[in-house]
Amino acid sequence: MVEKWNITVKFYRQKQGEKPHDQEIKMDVNPDENVIDLVERAWALHDRTLVFAHACHHSTCGACGMRVNEREKLACITPVRSVVANGGTLKVAPLRNFPVISDLVVDMGELYRRMDLVGHQPVDSDREEAIQPEFRPAGPAEPNEDFMRLSDCIECGLCMSACPVFSSTPDYLGPAVLAGAHQAGLEKNPLLFKLIDSATGVWRCHSAFECTAVCPSNVDPGWRIMELRRKVIGDRVKTLFNPRKPAEVGK
Amino acid sequence: MNTQSNFVVRAFRWFDPRGRSLSGWGFMIHRLTALGLTFYLFLHLIVLGQLAQGPDAYDNFLKSTESPLYKIGELSVVAAVFLHGLNGVRIVMTSFGIAVPRQREIFIGAMVIGLVAIVIFGIRMFIG
Repeated sequence: MVEKWNITVKFYRQKQGEKPHDQEIKMDVNPDENVIDLVERAWALHDRTLVFAHACHHSTCGACGMRVNEREKLACITPVRSVVANGGTLKVAPLRNFPVISDLVVDMGELYRRMDLVGHQPVDSDREEAIQPEFRPAGPAEPNEDFMRLSDCIECGLCMSACPVFSSTPDYLGPAVLAGAHQAGLEKNPLLFKLIDSATGVWRCHSAFECTAVCPSNVDPGWRIMELRRKVIGDRVKTLFNPRKPAEVGK
Repeated sequence: MNTQSNFVVRAFRWFDPRGRSLSGWGFMIHRLTALGLTFYLFLHLIVLGQLAQGPDAYDNFLKSTESPLYKIGELSVVAAVFLHGLNGVRIVMTSFGIAVPRQREIFIGAMVIGLVAIVIFGIRMFIG
């Protein structure tokens, strides 16, 4: 028999130019359904003006990023049971640090522009670097289209929302962008060094590691930022003993 | 992205305790203790400024520091030094790429050591 819970869901509501407010809806739920199911049902049965984003329902598109009880989550893989108890209240709100377009939808255009800037590819084709050794299929060592895979980072923006430094400093590139730079590979694009070795780059991170805590895709942006720092320091030491030629510096 | 909010609101947004993980609290503790210690430094310089008013003025001030209120203040400074210093070691380590996957456990360890040290200091200051 399917378990039934009765909970109150508080939806953050805000249309452009209006003050935000919460809308409470009492719902009968199956604790094993995911939060996105409740949001969809609230839209379908209670209020058709509720605006939210979703697509794949299995954590591949990154569209349904939102705050569930203040914590950044992908609503499609967040079971109700994991965030509320029977009779409790569940709060659903949009991501932080992005302008709200309407209700639960935020404008992440700037994030996508920055991801493009660092050359992050949503699909990896370089299997040597993209696939962990134990998962690499046997075959030729050259990059092969047959082995293309989705990049780990799904650009959901959860890490950018959770980062307390990005909250105060919008110029900071942010964890997703820096992780994107790391995944794109500094070796392939030396110009990235200039971008990340700056006051708004890796040195702005203050080690809160919220990005790693909320990442639904095991990108581990915190680790990648520290790896970038290590590479930047390594590059500085290297150029100390072997200065770049003027032509290289100008590039 | 979040450029629309005004500067003053934005400047304090880092202290948003809603939905924070343990390491996020570590960040907030680190920054709050840093601000506290900076404030204490100025306070310390103002107190030392009493010396300019002569030995009596300074001695009178020192007598007032024997009150429990001052002792609580002093213990707060000790606590801030321990929490900031120990957490700082973790931040330096991770910044050089050392033990990043274990940063959470290091934070817990640092805070436990810090709290034990604060309790020992507290006992010595208040009980003797």
